[in-house]
Amino acid sequence: MNAAGFPLLSLVTWLPLVGVLVIMSVRGDEATVAANARWTALWTTLIVFVLSLVLWVKFDKADGGFQFVETAAWLPQWGINYKMGVDGISVLFVLLSTALTPICILASWEAIGTRVREFMISFLILETMMVGMFAALDAIVFYMFFEGVLIPMYLIIGVWGGPRRVYAAIKFFLYTLAGSVLMLLALLAIWYQVGSTDLVTLLHANIPASMQTWLFFAFFASFAVKVPMWPVHTWLPDAHVEAPTAGSVILAGVLLKMGAYGFLRFSVPMLPLATANYAPFIYTLSVVAVIYTSLVALAQTDMKKLIAYSSVAHMGVVTIGIFTVNVQGVSGALFQMLSHGVVSAALFLCVGVVYDRIHSREIARYGGLADRMPIYAFAFMLFSMASCGLPGTAGFVGEFLVLVGAFKVNFWLALLGSLGMILGAAYMLYLYRRVIFGKITRDDLKGILDLSGREIAVFAPLVVLALWMGVYPSSFTGFFDAAVNAMVDHNHAALMGTTTIAGVLTP
Amino acid sequence: MLYAVAVFAPLLGSAIAGLFGKAIGDRAAQAVTITCMVLASVCGVISFVTLVYGHGHPGAVHIMTWVDSGDFHVEWALRYDTLSAVMVAMVTCVATLIHIYSVGYMSHDNTIWRFFSYLSLFSFAMLMLVTANNLLQLFFGWEGVGLASYLLIGYWYDRPSACAAAIKAFLVNRVGDLGFALGIALVFVTFGSIEFGPIFGAVGKHQTDVYMLFGTSWRAYEVIGILLFIGAMGKSAQLGLHVWLPDAMEGPTPVSALIHAATMVTAGVFLMARFSPVLEFAPYALGFVTVVGASTALFAATIGCVQNDIKRVIAYSTCSQLGYMFVAAGVGAYQASVFHLLTHAFFKALLFLGAGSVIHAMSDEQDIRKMGGLAKKIPLTATLMWIGSLALAGVPPFAGYYSKDAILEAAWAAESGVGAYGFWCLLIAAFLTAFYSWRLLILTFHGKTRADHHTFEHAHESPPVMTVPLILLAVGAVTTGWFFHEQLIGEEWGHFWGAAIVNGPANHILHAMEDVPHWVSFAPTVAGAIGIAVAYALYMGMPAVPGMLASAFRPIYLFLLNKWYFDELYNAVIVRPLLCLARVLWQTGDATIIDGVPNGLAAMTTGGSGRVARMQTGSIAVYAFTMVIGVVALVTVFLLFR
Repeated sequence: MNAAGFPLLSLVTWLPLVGVLVIMSVRGDEATVAANARWTALWTTLIVFVLSLVLWVKFDKADGGFQFVETAAWLPQWGINYKMGVDGISVLFVLLSTALTPICILASWEAIGTRVREFMISFLILETMMVGMFAALDAIVFYMFFEGVLIPMYLIIGVWGGPRRVYAAIKFFLYTLAGSVLMLLALLAIWYQVGSTDLVTLLHANIPASMQTWLFFAFFASFAVKVPMWPVHTWLPDAHVEAPTAGSVILAGVLLKMGAYGFLRFSVPMLPLATANYAPFIYTLSVVAVIYTSLVALAQTDMKKLIAYSSVAHMGVVTIGIFTVNVQGVSGALFQMLSHGVVSAALFLCVGVVYDRIHSREIARYGGLADRMPIYAFAFMLFSMASCGLPGTAGFVGEFLVLVGAFKVNFWLALLGSLGMILGAAYMLYLYRRVIFGKITRDDLKGILDLSGREIAVFAPLVVLALWMGVYPSSFTGFFDAAVNAMVDHNHAALMGTTTIAGVLTP
Repeated sequence: MLYAVAVFAPLLGSAIAGLFGKAIGDRAAQAVTITCMVLASVCGVISFVTLVYGHGHPGAVHIMTWVDSGDFHVEWALRYDTLSAVMVAMVTCVATLIHIYSVGYMSHDNTIWRFFSYLSLFSFAMLMLVTANNLLQLFFGWEGVGLASYLLIGYWYDRPSACAAAIKAFLVNRVGDLGFALGIALVFVTFGSIEFGPIFGAVGKHQTDVYMLFGTSWRAYEVIGILLFIGAMGKSAQLGLHVWLPDAMEGPTPVSALIHAATMVTAGVFLMARFSPVLEFAPYALGFVTVVGASTALFAATIGCVQNDIKRVIAYSTCSQLGYMFVAAGVGAYQASVFHLLTHAFFKALLFLGAGSVIHAMSDEQDIRKMGGLAKKIPLTATLMWIGSLALAGVPPFAGYYSKDAILEAAWAAESGVGAYGFWCLLIAAFLTAFYSWRLLILTFHGKTRADHHTFEHAHESPPVMTVPLILLAVGAVTTGWFFHEQLIGEEWGHFWGAAIVNGPANHILHAMEDVPHWVSFAPTVAGAIGIAVAYALYMGMPAVPGMLASAFRPIYLFLLNKWYFDELYNAVIVRPLLCLARVLWQTGDATIIDGVPNGLAAMTTGGSGRVARMQTGSIAVYAFTMVIGVVALVTVFLLFR
C-alpha cells in the first residue's frame, strides 16, 4: 500500500492519542499521576519519533509527488476521503513536529508542577493535530487538523501560562480563528468549483482567474495571521510571553510554520495567477516585517518578547522566499522554516533555563552568566549565531538561498529583505551581551547552576541539528528539491499557459 | 592531503581546547592547540614549497557537497593554487608564533583554554577563507573570522568597553558582508555558478552583460566588483567602515596582532586578488577601489600621528597600510598588493607583539605619554620594535621597502587620474607613517622617562616564550622583502603565480613599474627619511614643540585626535535615530495602533469587562459564538452555491 508497508502516517498521527488514553487511565495520588503522565508522554512521543524516522529512511527523494499515501472512505456521499500522504514539502515538517514534541515534554519535566496530567494530554493531542495537519491530503481533513491545533495550544497558554495568560490566549485564539473562517469559505468555493476535496486533484485544477483573486485573499487572511505577517503579528509576542516554555517552543518551532506551509500548499500551486499578481504586495509586507520587527526586537526588555519579534522577522524572510516562486527562493524558504523551527525553539529553551532558576524574563535582571554557566553560554552563543545566520549554522543556508531567489526578482527586494542580517545580529548580540556578558552583580545569580543533565539532553539534539543543517544541508534539501522543482515548473507552466491564451484572445 | 591537515588541524585543536579545556586544564589545552598549529604550519609550508618550487600541481581537494538547490550547487573544497598556498603558509606560521607568544602573555589569565580555543578557531576560519574554492565558502571563512574576532575582542567580557567593541566589530563587518552576499547573488545570476573554476572560465562570455539598477543599466562586472569591494571595505577597515578596527584594540594584544595585522583584515585584499580575473574587466570598480584605498591610507595616517595609545597608533597604521594594498589592487598590480600583504603580516605582527611586550613590561600601561626611556630597561624589545618600524617606514633593505616601493611605482605607472591621486596620497602617507612610527619609538623608548617611579623600576624584559616569536617575526620582517620581491613582482611573476592571479590582456602594469622615472622610486624612501628626521627633531630635540603645535592648531588637533569624528557622526546619524525609531515602532506602532483595533473589538465583545474572572467564563462564550458564526457562514455559502 505504501513504502512502509503499513499505514505509517496514520500511526504517527494517532499514536499520541493512545498515550492520552494511558495517561487518563492512571489512578493514584497526585504525585504518582504526575510521574506517570510525564513518563508516558515521553515514551509515547519518543516512540512516535522513532516511527517517523521511517519517513526519513524510506522517503524516495527523487519523487516529487506524494508518498506513503493512505486513503479510506470517510464521507462517501460527499466525496470526502480520509487521505494522508507526504511529499518533499511536508515530510520534514512531520519530522520536525515529532522531534520537537519529546524535547518539549522533557523541557517541562520540572517546570510544569500543576495539573501535569492535563498538560501532557494537551501536548499529546497537539502532536496529533500538528502531524495530521502536515500529512493531510484532503482539504476538509486538513482544515480540521488546522483548526484542531488551536484548542490544545489555547489551553496550554491559558492554563499553564503567565499572569496575563487569559488575555494572551484569547488574543491568540481570536486572531487565528478569524482568519480561518475565511479560509473555510475559500475551501468550500474550491470544492464547489472543482468538485473534489482531494489535494492531489486540487493541485492540478485550473481555477478561473476571476476566482483566484478573492480566493487568494481568503487564504491570505488565514495564513498571514498564522505566519504571522506584519501587521497581524501582535498576537505572537503576547502568546509567547505568557506561554510556558514548552508552549513557546512548539509555537515557534512548529505552529508558525503552518501559515507558510499553507501558502506553499494552497496559494502558490493552486492560484498561480493571483500569486504572480499579488507577490509584490506580499514582498512589501514581508520587507516591512523584516525591518520593523527587527527594530522592535532591538528595543525589547523582555527576553521572550525579543525572540518572539525575531521570529516575525525571520518568517518575513520565509514569505519573501515563497513568493519569489523560483527554486532557490522556495527551497530557501523551506530551509529557513526548518532551521527557524530548530533555532528559535532552542532560543526559547534557553530563556526557559534561566526563567526556571530566577523566575524572571527581564533582560536587565541578568548579566555575567558566562562566569557561572559556561555550557549554557556556549549553547546560547551557538543558537544566537544560528539565529543571525552565521555560515556553518542552520540559519545561514535558508537566508542565503532566499537572498539569491530574491535577487532574481529584484535587487531592492534582496537588499531590504536581507537587512535582517545586520539588524538580527544587532538584537541578538545586544541580548547576549546583557544576559551573558558583563559582571555578576546580583546575589542570586552568583549561585546559579549550569545546565543539568536533563537540560543537556534537551539541548544536545538541537545543537547537533543546528550544526548539521549548516554544514551539510544537502541531507535536508535533498528531500524537497524534486518537489520544489515540480512546483515551480507547474507554476511557471500555468502562467505561460494563461499568457499564451491571453495572447491568442487579444488581437 | 597535507593541505587538508594544514586547514583542519587548527579546528581540531580549537574543538578539543574549547570543549574539554576545563577538564584537561590550561597546560594541556595550550599543548594541544600549539601542537595542532605547528603541525598545520609544517604542512602549510610543505604544501607551498612543493607547489611553487617542486612538482606540485594546482587543483582542489574536494570534501563534500554543501548547498544544493536546483542549479545552485556549492562544494566544500580546498583550492590549491599559489595564492591560496602562500596565504596558508603565511597564516599558519604567523598564527603559530602568536599562539606561542600568548603562552607568556596570557599566563595570568583565568580561562586560558578559552583563549587558545578562540585563537585556533580564528586560524581555522581564516584558512577556510583563503582556501575557498567558491565564493560561498569564502563567505563562510569571512563570517567565521568575524565571529572569532567578536569572541576575541570581547574576550574580557566583564569589561563593558570590550563588549561594546566586540559588538561594533561584528555589526560593522556585517554591513560590509551584506554587500558581499549581494555580490555573490549577482555572480550567481550572471555566471550561473559561484565556483571559481566555472566563473573564471566564463569571464569572456559575460563581458557585455548588464544589470539594471537605479533605473540605468550597468555592466554586471562593475556592479559585482563594487558589491564585493563593499564586503572588503568592512573586513579590511577601509574609509567609512573602518570604525571597528581601532576599538578592536580592547582585545588582548596577541589578538590585535593576529586579527588586526596579519590575517583577518587582509581578507579584503585577498578577495581582490582572488577575483582578479573578473575585476580586470571592471575598470570603474577598480578606480573606486583605488580612490577609497588611497584616501584610507592618508586619512588613517593623519590620525595615527596624534594618538597616544600605543596599540591605537599601530591600529591606524594597519588601516593605512591596507589602503596601500587596495591601491595596488585598484591599479591592477594584485601581485604587489599580495606582496605587501605578506611583508606587512610579519612586521605588523612584530610591532603589535612588541607593543604587547612593552605593555607587559609596564604593568598594563598603554599610554605612550607615560612611557619613555624604556630602551635601557627592555633593550631586546626596543631593538625588535625598531626593526619593525624600519620595515613599516620602508627603509631599505627591510621588507616594507620592497613592497611599498612597488605599490607607489605601480600607482605612478598606472598613468591614470586615480593612479596619480593614489600616488600622491600614498607618498604623503609614507611621510606620515615614518613620522608616527618614530614618534612612537621615541616617546616609548628614548628620552627621559615619564612613567611613575614604581612602574619604571618594575619594568622588565619579557620571558623567552614571548621574545623568541618576536625574533622569528623580526627575521621575517628583514628578509621577506628581498627574498620574495623578484619572484612575486619581477619579470617572471607568471612562473610564481601560475593562473592564480590574472592580469588582463591590456594590463602591463608590472612591466611598466620597472620603467618609472628614478625619482618615483626614491620618493617613498626620501619621504620616510624626512618623516623620521621630523619626528626626531620634534620629540628628541625640542620636546616642547609638539605641545605648542597642538595648542596653536587646536581645532585640527582635536579633529585628528577624535578620529575625524566618525564615531560621533555615526552615532548621531545612524545609531541613535534607529534606537529611537525602534522604541516608537514598538510603543506607538505595535502597542497603540496595531493592537488598538483588535483590543477595541475584544473589549466590545466581552462587554467591557476588565476582570480576569469574568473574561475566563467569557472566553468560552466567545469561542462558541465564533464557531456559530462559522457554521452559519458555512451553511449560507453552501446554500448560495447550490
